[in-house]
Amino acid sequence: MAKITASVYTSHVPAIGAAMDLGKTQEPYWQKVFAGYEYSRQWMKENTPDVVFLVYNDHATAFSLEMIPTFAIGTAAEFKVADEGWGPRPVADVEGHPELASHIAQSVIQQDFDLTIVNKMDVDHGLTVPLSLMCGDAKKWPFKVIPLAVNVVQYPVPSGMRCFMLGQAIRKAVESFDANLNVQIWGTGGMSHQLQGPRAGLINKEWDNRFLDRLISNPKDLACVPHIEYVREAGSEGIELVMWLIARGAMADVADGPKPTVKHRFYHVPASNTAVGHLILENN
Amino acid sequence: MSLDKPYKTVPGTTIFDADQSRMGYWLNQFCMSLMKAENRERFKKDERAYLDEWAMTEEQKQAVLARDLNRCIQLGGNIYFLAKIGATDGKSFQQMAGSMTGMSEEQYRDMMIGGGRDPKWGREGNK
Repeated sequence: MAKITASVYTSHVPAIGAAMDLGKTQEPYWQKVFAGYEYSRQWMKENTPDVVFLVYNDHATAFSLEMIPTFAIGTAAEFKVADEGWGPRPVADVEGHPELASHIAQSVIQQDFDLTIVNKMDVDHGLTVPLSLMCGDAKKWPFKVIPLAVNVVQYPVPSGMRCFMLGQAIRKAVESFDANLNVQIWGTGGMSHQLQGPRAGLINKEWDNRFLDRLISNPKDLACVPHIEYVREAGSEGIELVMWLIARGAMADVADGPKPTVKHRFYHVPASNTAVGHLILENN
Repeated sequence: MSLDKPYKTVPGTTIFDADQSRMGYWLNQFCMSLMKAENRERFKKDERAYLDEWAMTEEQKQAVLARDLNRCIQLGGNIYFLAKIGATDGKSFQQMAGSMTGMSEEQYRDMMIGGGRDPKWGREGNK
C-alpha cells in the first residue's frame, strides 16, 4: 500500500526562484534564506519519495477568472512550467503520477470533497519554488508530483477546517492505493504577508511563530481559526497558510497514530515582501 | 439578508471577493493576456490601442495607463493579475507592492529588511 511518510511546509515566494535563476543565492540578503534550507536539501536526498503530493495555489496562471475551482487536482503525466509574464522559469517540467492522482480524485470525491480534475495545466512559482528550495538546481526533479491547486485568490477561500479535513481524506485515499509507494505531502505558501494596498509589507512574527507551534502540537485547534484572523493578523495574502492544514491533516497522528517528529524548523524575515516559514515533519 | 463581510474593516486592504471579481473581470482578463510574449509586445507598442481591445471601463484603462495599482484594486483588479503588468514593465513584486504604500522604493525595501510593517498599523482609526 502507498504510505505518507512525511510532510513538508514552506513559503513559495517568487523572488526566491528568481534569486536562484539569476545566481544571487550567495548575496547576503538571500544567503540567510537559503541557509534555512541546507538541512532540508540533505534530508531530501536521504528521504527521496516516489511521489510528492504538492498543495499550492495558482497565482492567476492556469486559472483566470473564467474558471475558479476551489480544489483542483492535476492528473496529467506532465505539467509545463508557466510563463507568468517574464518568461518561464528555467527549471525542469514536472512529471505527474496519473494513476495515483486519479485514484486520489475518485476516493476523495467519494468522501464528499469536490475536486476539479485537471488534465492539462501549466504550473507556476507556487509549485516550482518549493521544488527548487528542497531539491536545489535539478536537471530533473527526483520524484513525481501530484499538484493540488487551492483557490486562495478569490474570496471566499476554503476554511482551515475544510482544508484540515481534506488532508484526512487524502491520507485515506493514499493508503487505499495498492502499489507500494512512498508519498510525501507538502503544504506551501505563507507566512504573514500582504502584497496589496497601503498596508502592503505587513509582517507578524509573533503570529507566524504561534502558527508553527500550533501546527505541530494542536492542528485541530488551529484549523478553527477563522479567515478574518488570517487577514487581520497575517495580512491579506497570509490566508495562503490554510493550505498547510491540508498537509497537516494527512499526518498519522490526526488519525490517532503516533505523533510526528519535527525534523526541521526555520523562520526568517524578509524575502521580498514576506516572512519565510519552513517545517519538516516525519511520520513515525 | 446581506452577507457578513468583516474584512471590510481591515485598514488599507481590499479583499478580492465576488463583488470585486465581477467588477474587475475584464481588467483582470486583460492582465492575464500579458502572459503571452506577443501580447506583451503589442501592449508595449501601443498601450492605449491594446487596452481598447478589452471591455474595460475608461476608469480602469486610465488606472492601468497611470500604473496606479491602488486605483486598479479599487476598480476590481487583483494583485496576482495586476502583477502581469509589473512583469511586462520589468518590475519586481516588491517594487509593485511598495508602489501602493506611498513610500519610496528604498523606504519600502528598508522597512522590509527591518522586519516589515507592524501588524497593528492603521488599527486605531478603524475600530
